[in-house]
Amino acid sequence: MPSADEIKQRIETAIPGANAEVEDYTGGGDHFRASVTAAAFEGRSRIEQHRLVYDVFGAEIGGAIHALALKTQTPSKAPIH
Amino acid sequence: MSSQPDSLPMMSSEPSAAPAPSGESNPIRDAICEAISEHKVILFMKGTPDAPACGFSARTVAVLQSLEAPFAAVDVLPDPRIRQELSAISNWPTIPQLFVDGELVGGCDIVCEMYESGELAQALV
Repeated sequence: MPSADEIKQRIETAIPGANAEVEDYTGGGDHFRASVTAAAFEGRSRIEQHRLVYDVFGAEIGGAIHALALKTQTPSKAPIH
Repeated sequence: MSSQPDSLPMMSSEPSAAPAPSGESNPIRDAICEAISEHKVILFMKGTPDAPACGFSARTVAVLQSLEAPFAAVDVLPDPRIRQELSAISNWPTIPQLFVDGELVGGCDIVCEMYESGELAQALV
């Protein structure tokens, strides 16, 4: 069962330069919410941005990972912390 | 209610023994493609608009209903092959999936984001 931290690591490893914030919002290890900021999203539609993230997990989405709610953005649109 | 759930024609037929290999006839895939092309706005969801079986599907239905957009709905739960074939067609792993004018718009996250930005209302016109 993946942890929020594992999901974060896998997204950041698979998408170079990505910054992911991941929350296990039920605490059950199968429903996650991720906010991903990546330069790789630049010039891509929302659908394509979400596909890039979903592709990291392949068949695990809908399997071990029941839900992965996504918010994607490019660094230029990210709020400054 | 502005919408009625559709049922795909193959749902009443006997399940075939094995998934059809690519290149051969695939009635489920054909029925999904036909449904997508026949309806301007079609939502593939878990459950029905009146009785959604998943929070993400429920939220997407609520957004469409708040825009008073007529839409067709297909419940993917009666047969797991509907979901398999749909995801193969759309290259999108999760349910719900909203199609407008034959194109995948997105799942719950994208639909809700587009609702908040006003883009969804424009897309549905």
